[in-house]
Amino acid sequence: MSSAMLLYIIIGLAAGCLGAVLGIGGGMIITPILTVMMGLDIKYAIGASIISVIATSSGSTIAYLKDDMLNLRVAMFLEIATTVGAIMGALLVGAFSSTFLYVLFGFFLLYSTYNMIRKLMSKKGEAVYTEQNSTVQKLKLADSYYDKAEQKQVDYSLKNIPGGFIMMWAAGLASGLLGIGSGAFKVIAMDTIMKMPLKPSSATSNLMMGVTAAASATVYFFNGSIKPDIAGPLAIGVLVGATIGARLMQVLKPKVIRMIFVPIIFYMGLQMVLKGFGVIA
Amino acid sequence: MEKKEMREVELVIGKILRIGVIVSAIVIVLGILLFFINGGSGYADGEWPRRFGVMFQGVFQLKSYAVIMLGIFLLILTPVLRVVVSIYAFAKEHDKLYVYITTAVLIILVFAMVFGYNG
Repeated sequence: MSSAMLLYIIIGLAAGCLGAVLGIGGGMIITPILTVMMGLDIKYAIGASIISVIATSSGSTIAYLKDDMLNLRVAMFLEIATTVGAIMGALLVGAFSSTFLYVLFGFFLLYSTYNMIRKLMSKKGEAVYTEQNSTVQKLKLADSYYDKAEQKQVDYSLKNIPGGFIMMWAAGLASGLLGIGSGAFKVIAMDTIMKMPLKPSSATSNLMMGVTAAASATVYFFNGSIKPDIAGPLAIGVLVGATIGARLMQVLKPKVIRMIFVPIIFYMGLQMVLKGFGVIA
Repeated sequence: MEKKEMREVELVIGKILRIGVIVSAIVIVLGILLFFINGGSGYADGEWPRRFGVMFQGVFQLKSYAVIMLGIFLLILTPVLRVVVSIYAFAKEHDKLYVYITTAVLIILVFAMVFGYNG
């Protein structure tokens, strides 16, 4: 019993750290570890991973708020899209074939992998978008952050706000319909579609995914999917890991973060496509 | 709103969030310690509290699984706490537009949570 608890704390430490750096909840990583390695019932694995998402979000957000890494207005504005999407998804469960959705979102992640590799290879590197259009001005979405790795203040703006808003709605819909976290989609919406720098994108995604997860976590809490001996130690590990990860992310170069992000979304995309085609459960 | 005022908003939210996270972590750790002190969960094998009534009853009897579940529930509430404090902070800075936006988020979130309790 106690050795299992220790193992959950260690898994949580690693998952929390990685999740905080990348802005993803890590459900797609924790769930297979718990089911395949620990032999847990999928129901308890999903319950535990949703708690990890919240722990990653709240744990890392403390540091990201203190260090002014995240964009609070972008988060609040886009949260409307994700929460509405998540509720619609929960209400529409069964209306769509999950095969189609897994394949669709899986291919989108694979396409994003390709996009990110192209960005890694490009000579322009992590160019910062600074033009402010009228939507950005009206919603006061432009902000700045201090990049510890490059030791400079970075002023940035966003573009394609409606596109990002729709993508966020789709991310929420996917999480409601498929019961998956949507951190990766959130980061892609901000980084790739809205051209927000990767670090504030990750920090802002961390902040947002807690809110999306809190809604579904209550469902799992009351339907008996959350087992205290699993979720408790895991949450403690994740909280500590996320605190470390939020410090670590700030000293990493954006390019390095992107290099960690690429194989992870490739893995997630592949997993979803295979799931959609029924190759894996 | 100036950048400086936005900083204040963020710092206030950060402080409150930290208190929420630390409290839930302490409760979970206490629950885990109780598991070893009491030498068990306080419930039959494969059982743990899933409803408020049973949970609070268990907490007063210092049953370890009830205390851990309370800590987990407090952790689930931390993002909600963050949204509530954000409304207050934006209001304090007279940023009406974001008071509305954040209030909308809170309403949707509470709706989803009630839906979750009853669904």
